[in-house]
Amino acid sequence: MNRTHSPLFHISKRASIPWYISWAIRAAAIVAAMLVCALVTMLLTGADPIRIYVTIFQGSFGTVRKFWVLLQELSILLCVSLAVTPAFKMRFWNIGGEGQVLIGGLATAACMFYLGDKMPSGLLIPVMIVASILAGAIWALIPAIFKARWNTNETLFTLMMNYVAIQLVSYFCNIWDRKGSGIVGIINPNTRAGWFPVLAGRQYLLNVLVVAVLTVAVYIYLRYTKHGYEISVVGESERTARYVGIKVEKVILRTMLLSGALCGIAGLLLVGGTDHTISTTTAGGRGFTAVMVSWLAKFDPIFMVLTSFLLAFLSRGSSQIAQNFGLNHSFGDILTGIILFFIIGSEFFINYRLSFRASSEKEDGSHA
Amino acid sequence: MEEKTAAVMLRDISKSFGPVKANDRVWLDIYRGEILALLGENGSGKTTLMNMLSGIYFPDEGQIFVDGREVVIRSPKDAFDLGIGMIHQHFKLVDVFSAAENVVLGLQGKLDMKTVGKRIREICDAYGFEVDPEQKVYDMSVSQKQQVEIVKVLYRGADILILDEPTAVLTPQETDKLFAVLRNMRDAGKTIVIITHKMHEVEELSDRVAVLRHGQFMGDMLTKDTNAQDMTSMMVGHSISLNIQRPEPENPQPRIVVEGLTVRSIDGILKLEDVSFTARSGEILGIAGISGCGQKELLEAIAGLQPVEKGSIRYLHDDGREEELIGKDPLTIADLGVSLSFVPEDRLGMGLVGSMDLTDNMALRSYRRGKGPFLDRGFPKRRAEWVVNELSVSTPGVTTPVRRLSGGNVQKVLVGREIASAPKVLLTAYAVRGLDIGASYTIYDMINLQKEKGVAVIYVGEDLDVLLELSDRILVLCSGKVSGLVDGRTTNKREVGMMMTRLGGGKSE
Repeated sequence: MNRTHSPLFHISKRASIPWYISWAIRAAAIVAAMLVCALVTMLLTGADPIRIYVTIFQGSFGTVRKFWVLLQELSILLCVSLAVTPAFKMRFWNIGGEGQVLIGGLATAACMFYLGDKMPSGLLIPVMIVASILAGAIWALIPAIFKARWNTNETLFTLMMNYVAIQLVSYFCNIWDRKGSGIVGIINPNTRAGWFPVLAGRQYLLNVLVVAVLTVAVYIYLRYTKHGYEISVVGESERTARYVGIKVEKVILRTMLLSGALCGIAGLLLVGGTDHTISTTTAGGRGFTAVMVSWLAKFDPIFMVLTSFLLAFLSRGSSQIAQNFGLNHSFGDILTGIILFFIIGSEFFINYRLSFRASSEKEDGSHA
Repeated sequence: MEEKTAAVMLRDISKSFGPVKANDRVWLDIYRGEILALLGENGSGKTTLMNMLSGIYFPDEGQIFVDGREVVIRSPKDAFDLGIGMIHQHFKLVDVFSAAENVVLGLQGKLDMKTVGKRIREICDAYGFEVDPEQKVYDMSVSQKQQVEIVKVLYRGADILILDEPTAVLTPQETDKLFAVLRNMRDAGKTIVIITHKMHEVEELSDRVAVLRHGQFMGDMLTKDTNAQDMTSMMVGHSISLNIQRPEPENPQPRIVVEGLTVRSIDGILKLEDVSFTARSGEILGIAGISGCGQKELLEAIAGLQPVEKGSIRYLHDDGREEELIGKDPLTIADLGVSLSFVPEDRLGMGLVGSMDLTDNMALRSYRRGKGPFLDRGFPKRRAEWVVNELSVSTPGVTTPVRRLSGGNVQKVLVGREIASAPKVLLTAYAVRGLDIGASYTIYDMINLQKEKGVAVIYVGEDLDVLLELSDRILVLCSGKVSGLVDGRTTNKREVGMMMTRLGGGKSE
């Protein structure tokens, strides 16, 4: 009489599951997301969803140039994500990536603008590197000092620092603009002073390589160094950190310096290696998208390659749909939203199990 | 004994969490007008079983009968409708609400706080609670909060009450009061289940004992027909000695000299006042006191974690050199060659990092070793393996996050790490809190072993019986002041108990 009363289903936490099942769940989530996107596309626009998908794909892989643009987008996004990750691991919610990138870019642009004709490129580029890293680091250090000293809320503080950075950029754009439109335009178009060298005929190759090296470096830093270990301990429990004699304030300052410096490098790559100009939209929201990249990858720099690819791919695809189908760019964003919703939602099924009534009538557990 | 009716019958109840069978076909009868003690080691499935009765978990298999009728309990509300209420280890009260507001929180319908207060007072008078319906929860002591939890359950009409380790947070006096209330409730015909692993509480309070081991029901018996030794054997599966060794200290030398220590909390409240004592090598100095009487501050001050207002804490090296520890952080203290280990009260919030594995938790103490920026994981890994072997920690491996281990094993990992560094001074706070018998005795043995190695042990404990059996000397704290220092071999529970509640206890050595 082993009858069991049970509800239709109940939810229980999984102990652990093999990696291939968790990846199968994620893959299923993407397939499900594609189906929902197809449905939404047909209902809203009447367009053929298969063609939409092909277009999304073409947005990134249609031509060699598009592929390089994808790589470039991926690299910069990954760079900003790498930057915010050490802070996040420390549970310091640095959402000021946007401002730190902008300030790094502004410092780069300032060097190019004022020093472009005063020193050779061999000297100018190192100066730009130092300036951008310093600028980003200082921008991140200010909220860190307040957090370490007076325990201010870092989320609000870093957010507000973004607006200060945007206004500063806007101010300098007006000063540097020679035509009075408030747009700087390409800096040093003729001398190309401060422009990063083009490797193997590919403009973005240098950016990609720099970020690849940074990815490995941040991975090693977080995983295998004493600093990385301290960051994890502070993030998990400040009391434990103090108990073993870790100086929490010092770790916060040091980690935010690093975080800001990496953001500064992202700004450097954007201005010196890509745009050769500066505007308030140079960071392009990457400081916020990076938060998502980092979270989705659970703060693992190697997984962040995948998640930043996904987001860059979706973003390129959205632009392509907008262009080919004469749709609003927002439509692409809707699709991106649906896909992200499914991917984030799939984590629930990785952590929890749904047991249905039928499945509880399994074989009688005869055990030793 | 007169015939009693089974209020609750559990039949073939099973529950698994992943691969772990928490309960395996448990049969259990709970009778009206009876206090049942549910005994079992950590992880034996006591709490899981009761959680199924109170609607928190749902059984994978099996049937539950209440008053002979089969029932389905899907939620705590279903449980309440059947008159079943559970008082959890961690209270679930809203701090800024009054007792009465907490009691009616979540109830439907129109509420008249006057009537609510009146009914609460009726309940209090009936069973002997001391709850003021108007008092805010943040103003209450732990024991008062617990009473509010019980009143809350009674207010909702429960007549089957489950208490999960209710005495873990109470002083001896508060425990006595609670037991009196529980007896009143039993005499009024309520059914009471108390989850515990304190043997003397079972003997003192319960009418019947049911024992679980590894999720299986081992049997039940009347308390008067059994004894602590038999119950323990049933619980652990083999017989276990309930005697704590107390070897004579060998050549004790002053190691830590505390003089005139005064500590204030951040809010300016005096936590320790003019505390002086000496801890000697090869000796266990027990610290007794009602919880919150400065024990935590005392240990943390020695460990360099607590700012001190005045006084001195000197560490004496073997060669007679002295180091002043006040004003130094844990790192500086370690750099002075003072080998001090500290097992804090809050294991997963301070002593260990729950989400990290055993190796990385060992590294907390040793990660600074070696030159260069890289972390050496080889050393902590060997240490983790040593602790697992030496203390028989039950874990799938050294790469398992410590949060996944049971309370006893978490404590073994922490104590193991702290003694692995061969300390000269060992500070422990509530080292066996929440541990079952087997694990507790392992910890006592480990502490004794350190003592024999010549370590100066400072042992803050809450179980007076154990403190009296284990300590060579006992320092009694009362509201942050030294109430007395007594010899562990000649004093008794009464004397120490008096000192805990009144400065000097009326008599001193």
